[in-house]
Formats: sequence, structure tokens, C-alpha cells
Amino acid sequence: MAKIASSFLDISYLDSLSCQQSPVHRLDPRSKVIATAFFIVSVVSFGKYEITGLIPFFLYPIVLIALGDLPLVYLLKKILLAAPFAVFIGMFNPLIDRAILMNLGPVGISGGWISFASIMLRFILTVSAVLALIASTGFASICMSLEKMGAPNSFAVQLLFLYRYIFVLTDEASRMVRARALRAFEGKGRGFKVFTSMIGQLLLRALDRAQRIHLAMRCRGFDGEIRVSRQLAFGGRDSAFLLGWSTLFVLMRLVDIPQWMGDRVAELIR
Amino acid sequence: MHMADALISPAVGGAMWAATAGLTLYSAKKLKENLDDSHTPLMGVLGAFIFAAQMINFTIPATGSSGHLGGGMILAILLGPYAAFITMASVLTVQALFFADGGLLALGCNIFNLGFLPCFIAYPIIYKKIVGQCPTRRRILVGAIAASILGLQLGAFGVVLETLFSGISELPFVTFLLLMQPIHLAIGIVEGLVTAAVVTFIWKARPEILNMAGAARPMGRLAMGKVLVGFLVTAVVTGGVLSWFASDRPDGLEWSMFHTSGKEKLEPAEKGLHALFARFQEKTAFLPDYGFMKAAPDKSGEHEASAAPEKKEPWPAVSAGTSVSGLVGGTMAMGMAGFIGFALKKRHRQR
Repeated sequence: MAKIASSFLDISYLDSLSCQQSPVHRLDPRSKVIATAFFIVSVVSFGKYEITGLIPFFLYPIVLIALGDLPLVYLLKKILLAAPFAVFIGMFNPLIDRAILMNLGPVGISGGWISFASIMLRFILTVSAVLALIASTGFASICMSLEKMGAPNSFAVQLLFLYRYIFVLTDEASRMVRARALRAFEGKGRGFKVFTSMIGQLLLRALDRAQRIHLAMRCRGFDGEIRVSRQLAFGGRDSAFLLGWSTLFVLMRLVDIPQWMGDRVAELIR
Repeated sequence: MHMADALISPAVGGAMWAATAGLTLYSAKKLKENLDDSHTPLMGVLGAFIFAAQMINFTIPATGSSGHLGGGMILAILLGPYAAFITMASVLTVQALFFADGGLLALGCNIFNLGFLPCFIAYPIIYKKIVGQCPTRRRILVGAIAASILGLQLGAFGVVLETLFSGISELPFVTFLLLMQPIHLAIGIVEGLVTAAVVTFIWKARPEILNMAGAARPMGRLAMGKVLVGFLVTAVVTGGVLSWFASDRPDGLEWSMFHTSGKEKLEPAEKGLHALFARFQEKTAFLPDYGFMKAAPDKSGEHEASAAPEKKEPWPAVSAGTSVSGLVGGTMAMGMAGFIGFALKKRHRQR
């Protein structure tokens, strides 16, 4: 539970990061969303033994983090927290794929370890790009950009509503959990029966709240359609951002830059 | 249970994205046809409820672990399939963006596994059939458990298939299956018990809520066949097109780039690129000599290195020479990227 509670602190922290002023924050959310999606597809499209080709892609999250003035250590911690699933599935690669693909001096490195390293690199790249996106854009702007790009209005509104009430309901839930913890000794009271009535109560309160919100909305003229009034302006800087990064991603996908640099160095040494 | 971006291929991710986007559009249209506008705040608040409910857990006797409410099934019971699907999709989107659970590309897979399967398969086929129009305590219990188990088994199977088709993980099909299904059987039973208990609680305290969900069935009447066919067609077409891009050609992205850009005009550039590649290959071909200078006595290792890739899938043989220079270059590239970030940050601070 501690983990989930702190996750919600994270939401508000990420949200506060998105209120800063920086060249990255000022970009139109659409350009950032599309560039990030393109980034992820380029990263994921590499073959499973690719390592060197992935490394130049670190440039994108690093530039977003540096220009957006985002806290690097905090984001790294968040990436580590999310790691277990990818590590769990990836760990089987070294166990199963034992064919030696590469020799570093006397040490042979199996294909499994190479593909495991590749999975970890992909993981760090994709997660850091998404976190940098949300921390430099903010959830509401992303929802609006989704709607502008053709997602159904009801889905965008649903995301905004959900986001608005996460804080309210998690506050309520954490108060209930604290109240139970203060009254439960030696594990008594943490059983299934108490749990179901707590969840049931929470659900009833949530339903009542939804009804009150609905009535309040009706009082203010809600007719079933929510109009998002904020305007987004897609300017020259945004197109430059999007075009520049996309070109770079294609280039980095087609040309293995580190391999090329390594070859040059090898030539020099010889 | 959440698929991660790192484990899927663009073809699988893209196909599932297209399919779930279609489902979202379809569900949104169905919701709009249903004129009851009280659904808008209800869905939002219940989505938040799913998050909040995960903060409350209970100890499972004799195991030392704890369980909590999962999501999809209870939403389907309270809201009906369409609204529940959109709510679940929004929950998963927030998880992907803020908690890095899953990822943007894997979002399609996750919405399918945890949204579509419980809402459009397990709920109408199992829960509704068992509980019917007049719920009793026993029916709710049996229906919720059976539906939760089926939903999670299908979801776990979905994860296995998606991972398998992506080909990034080495896990063989059967091992992965044996790993996933039993775990999710246990999770399914717990989720089913919790769902049943909560639904019973609501049914006793405020029966009209369940009746309301049950009565809002003008939109609850599923055109199952239509949904499934539409889904399959989108997924297969997109997956087929994408995987053709990805694997049929030596390099899908390059090929698509070439063909989407003006053909004749870019021809010289294309040639130039090929020439560049050819030169790279020439250069790297010299390098094994260099790479093995240090590992000269280790003949057997060299033998293995050249022999192993042949019996494996046709991936480019990674020779030691290119590996060493790749390592050097990779470190350099990483250093450069870090340096650029550092410089940008410093410049930003000075302003």
C-alpha cells in the first residue's frame, strides 16, 4: 500500500513539474505526443540483439529532461520502480539462449545476455521518454491533444474526469485505511469481511458523489456534451521540433552511429 | 500483467493499437446513442474508484500476501460493457503515463487484455448468463468468480501470445503459458471473491444501483458478432501490413521511407545511403582481425562465435570485431548524449 500511496504523491509531483516554464513546456502538446510515439516505435523496431544502435536514442529523453529542467534523479528512481515486469520476463533470455555470440577477451557473452541488455535499454528508453513527456506537458494538455487528434470526445472527457477525481477518492481511501490501521491490532480487522464493507462503503460514496456532480453539472447547463474551450496553437516551433526529431530518429534507426564511431576509433588505433 | 513497451514489436503493438482504437470509437458511439448523460460523471468517478480501491487491501489467510480489487469485471457489472470498456481504457492510460505500467505502444495490448476481454467476453458470456435478471447471493458469487477467472485467464493468454508474436523474449510458448496461467488462476479466484463480495454488498445496501445498471440495457445489448469481427479484421489487417513492413524487407522502416517519399527524386539519396552502408560493411569486415587480437589463443570461442549464429534465427552474425568497436562507439555515443544534456542544462541555468 505504501507503494500505491506514494504513487499518488508522484502524480501530483509530476503534475507540478508540468507547470514550469521552459522551451519544452511551451511546445504544443501534439508535437510532443507524436514525437514521443515516433520515438517509441523507432526504438522498439530494432532487432532483438541490437545494443549499439539503441544508444543514440538516449539523446531524446536527455534533451527533454535537460531543456525541460526535470529532476533526473527522481525520474531514474521512477524508472527503477517500474522495472520488475520487464526484468522478470527478460531474465529468461540468458537462461534459454546460451549460444555465444560475442567474445570480450576470454569471456564469452551469450545471445541471451545481449538480448536481455537490449530489453533493458528499450525499457529505460521508452519509460524515460513517456515520463519526460508527462512531466513536461501535463495530463490535461495531453488529453486535449488526444481529442484534437481524433480520439472520441467521451474518451477525452473520461480521462479528465478520472484525473480530477483520483485525488479526491484516494484521499478518502487513505483516510479509511488509516482509520482501520489505528483500530486493527495484531492483524485482526485486516481480513476479508472488513475489507469488503470498506470497499462497499467507498463505492457507495463514489456513486453518491457521481450523482451530486451530475446534478451540479445539470444546474450549470450540462447537456451531455463537454466542450473543451482551451485553444491549442501548432506553430512553426512545434513543426520544427516534430520534423527535426523525426528525421533524427529515422537517421539513427538506419545508421548505426556508435558502430561507425567505434570503427573510426579502431582505424585510428591501428 | 501489464505488457511493457520493451517486450513488444511494432507490428504487434500497432495492430493492437488500431484494434483497440476502433473499439473505443465504437463504444463511444454506442454511449452517445444512449441518451443518459448521468453516465459521464459516473464513469469518471468509478474510474477513480478503481485506483482508490487498490489502496485498501486485505490479508489472505495462511499466505502472508494481500489482495485487492482488480477492476474490469466490477466496472462491467456496474456500468455495462461499453462504458466499462472506456473507463478501463482511461484507467490503463493513466497507469501507462504516470506509473510507467506498460507503455504507450503497449497500451493497445493492455486495453485489450484488461479491458476488452473482461468487458466484452467474460461479462456477457459468463456473468450475465449466470446472474440473469434476478440476482441471488449464490448466483452473484458463482457468476463473479467464474467471469473473473475466465477474464484473467484470457488476459494472461493474451500476454503470452503478444509476447510470443513480438519475438523479443526467448521464453518458449509452453513454459510461458505454464508460468502465467496458474498465477492468474489464483489472482482470478481472489478477484472473483472480492468482486462478488462488493457486488453483494451493493445489492443488499442499494439494490436500485444494480437494477439501474441492469436496466440501462438498451445499450447493453451487445452486437457481439459485429464487435468481434470488426476487431479481428482491424487487428489482422494492421498486423499483417506492419509485419510485412517489418520482416519481408531487409529493413522495413527504410523500405517504407523509400516508398512514401517521392520515388524518383530521392533515388540518388537512396543510392548514396546504400553506398554508405556498403562502405560500413567493408570497414567492419576488416575488424575481426582487430577484435581477436586480444583473444587470439581462444580458438574454440572464435569457432563458436562464428558457428552459433548460423543455427539461430537469421539475425546478423555479431562478430567480435564489430562488437568491440560497437562497445567503444556505444560508450562514446552515450557520453556525447550525456554531454549534450549537461551543456543544455548549464546553458538553461545561466539564462
